[in-house]
Order: sequence, then C-alpha cells, then structure tokens
Amino acid sequence: MNAPQPVTEAKAQRIPAPVGVLAELTYRCPLACPYCSNPTDVDIRAKELDTEDWKRVFSEAAELGILHAHLSGGEPLARRDLVEIVAHCAKVGLYTNLITSGVGLTRDYMQRLSEAGLDHVQLSLQDAEAESADRIGGYEGGFKRKMDVVKWIHEFGLPLTVNAVIHRANIERAGRMVAFAVELGARRVEIAHTQYYAWALTNRKALMPTRAQIEKAVAEVEGLREVYAGKIVIDHVIPDYFATYPKACMGGWGKRTLNVTPRGKVLPCHAAETIPGLEFWSVTDHSLSDIWYKSPAFNAYRGTDWMAEPCRSCPRKEVDYGGCRCQALALTGDARNADPICHLSPEHDKVEEIAASFDGSEGEIPPYVYRRYKTPAPVA
Amino acid sequence: MSDAPVIADDAKPHLPRGVRLKHDDTRNEWLLLAPERVVKADAIAVEILKRCDGVATLKEIIDDLAGQFKVDRDRVATDVRHMLGELTAKRMVDL
Repeated sequence: MNAPQPVTEAKAQRIPAPVGVLAELTYRCPLACPYCSNPTDVDIRAKELDTEDWKRVFSEAAELGILHAHLSGGEPLARRDLVEIVAHCAKVGLYTNLITSGVGLTRDYMQRLSEAGLDHVQLSLQDAEAESADRIGGYEGGFKRKMDVVKWIHEFGLPLTVNAVIHRANIERAGRMVAFAVELGARRVEIAHTQYYAWALTNRKALMPTRAQIEKAVAEVEGLREVYAGKIVIDHVIPDYFATYPKACMGGWGKRTLNVTPRGKVLPCHAAETIPGLEFWSVTDHSLSDIWYKSPAFNAYRGTDWMAEPCRSCPRKEVDYGGCRCQALALTGDARNADPICHLSPEHDKVEEIAASFDGSEGEIPPYVYRRYKTPAPVA
Repeated sequence: MSDAPVIADDAKPHLPRGVRLKHDDTRNEWLLLAPERVVKADAIAVEILKRCDGVATLKEIIDDLAGQFKVDRDRVATDVRHMLGELTAKRMVDL
C-alpha cells in the first residue's frame, strides 16, 4: 500500500475525477463542414503542441483517472505523429477513440494505427448519398474515400461508429443513415442533430430544419431502435431548440470531461472560450490535475452554487445543471442564466421565436459559409 | 430484459475488440470500457467476464462458476444468461 495521500482542497470538495478527454490535436482539416465545432476565428498557422507535449498530457490524463481519450481535431490524421500518440495512449492504459473524417487515411496508415493499439474509430458521414455528402463537407470525392476507409477498418478488425450530423440538407435521410451504418458494419451510430455553436451558429439559417421535419426524423430514428436491437447501438442527440428541458451539457461543467485545444489550452467544453472573463489554464504551464481541480474556468460553473433563479430552487438542478453555459450566453447575454432552451427560463420565448422562424422553410437551402480560415494552413 | 437474446449453451462469449475490462486504480473498481460507454462491473460480473475468452462455452463458464463458488447451478445460469444477454444487446459482448 502507498502512504496516504494528503487530502487536497479540491478532493475535500468532492470533485469527481474526469472520465474523458477530447484532445483536439489540430485545427487543420481537409473538409469544410458548415457545422464544425472548432472556433470560427482561430489562426490555423499558430504553433500546435508537439509530440512530447501530447505524450505528457496523455500520461497525466491517465494518472488523473481519465479512461477514454478521444483523438479529434480538426482532422487528427493531419498530425504526422498520430501513430506515436496512439501508441503512447495505449501504453498508459487509455482507451483511444479516433474521431475522423477518414480523409487522409491510407490502408497502410490504418494498419499502423491498429498495430499501435487503437481501440475504436468514429467515422463522420456527411450524408448517405455521395453527391450531397461531398457538398456538405465541401470536399469533392470525400464520400468515396470514406467507403475505402470502412473496408480498411474492418480489414484490421477495428470497431466502427458512424457519426452523422443532421440538418436541413440530410434530415430526410436520418433513418436511412442508421440503415446505412448497419450496412457499413458499424456497431454503433450517432445520429446527432446539429447543436448551434461556432460554425453551426454562423450557418443556422442554412442548417436548422423545421419543427415538422425534426418530429418526423426523430420518430423515425427512435422507431429503428427496435428494428436494429442487438445489431447496432443508436445514440440519438435530439435538437435542443425544440426541447422542454435543456441538456445536461457535458454531463455537468467540470464534472466528467475536458477538452485540450491544439495549443494546449484546457476547456470545460468546445465553446467555453466564447464566455468572456473566464481564465483558462494551459498544459504548457500547469499539470492537467491542477487545471481540473484548481483552475478558475473549471470552478466557475461547477456544481450548483453559481446558479441564479429559476435554476437555484429547481428540483432538476442536479439533473441538467442549468443546461449549457455557452448557449445561455449566446442567447441571453449572460452565462449565469438558465439555458433558455428550458421552458422555465424567462427568455425561453427567444428560442421559440428562432425555432418558429424556420417553419415553412423546407425549400431551397441558403448557401453555406464553409469552415475555411482566412489564414491558409501550413504545408504539412 | 425481455428482448435480450437467448444464448445457446455452446456459444463462446467474448469481449469484441473495442471493449475492455479494466481495473481502474483511481476509483478502485472494475470497469467495462466501450465506445463512449463506461459500465461498472461488480465482483460477480468480473468473475463472469474474465471467463468470456472466446474459448470457453457458456455451459463451461456456468459449470466453472458454480463449482468454484459452490452455489446452485441454476441460479448461476440465470445470472450469467441475464448479464451476457444484456451486454450482447448493447454490443459489448459477442457470441
């Protein structure tokens, strides 16, 4: 037995250890999806964490109690050291999930990732039809490449999840995506209706379906659970603009997971940087443990003490934690307010207004503002 | 769960790639890790899952557990079938 550890301040407050890290290894990506969760204003040329930095981060993550390492981006395949990073994660006992568009993968690359100990691949599909998928992703030929990637995933025995983000251009095929994922041999499929942050907020007019379209798609996908029981696990993220209660964003702020950006900044969620006044710490200055337990940004909205009414006295406050801080900020101007998705929010009418403004707009989709950065990506 | 599949006696249950039984030293508990899922495994579940090696049949696993822990075989069979049925439905165990 080890000697008893001194009880830190943080542990005395019973902050649970995190279970997952979303490692945004790079912002570089060949695709240009108009709902990308990356920030809309990054300088893509800025220096990324190097291999040794990431290895240290993953070692610290494992020590902190993190179980799943989600290797994401941008497109993580754009990093030349991905195999080395995967091997390191495997060495320190992390479960690795590669979140990828598949573009940039070759058979040889897949084999090396598999041999390095990769646990799982989550492949994005923009649509179940090539032409539409390539239009949405802003990348000609992307769909065809993904079909090759699926073959290699199976060839090397890796488990596959298909991820499909749902919006106006593909919502008619939400159910078809599930069937397609089964045909592709996926064990799990994520049907994720667009969440309106970052690029998706910029493109909301082109992305948001009507209430009628959503109700039809949601019912269709829910009905498929029984059809495909035991064949495929369906994770269904329903659109929150039409919900009565808000989502428990990230399972609670600073409760389950953390994000590390390509430059090493550690965030409680993708969009946290949109909240003014939060002090984020970086892995270049602090240990991951100190950041999780002690950094101001992680403690800002942890638990329920920060809440105002109607959340403070709400019986659901430990269920949904007041919803999403970033959405509260974006739609009400104050991150401490209840997420206005909640029907109890005094500003819920704003959400209803936005949602209703899309009724009758099934027709032509306005052009996308594709995810492209003014500053060109460096030559890899 | 009524919709869980009935598992044949000669099935050879195993954890597919992408599902791992792991002792978590931070929380001092056994966990079953799968894509986007973490399931706590109690002492009984761990004993069952450790035997799911793709070589032993369901019948052998039940016999082994009943023998080692000296408990009623029928009760063991019910528990094992129930647990593996649920995990199969969640695609965390293959047969």
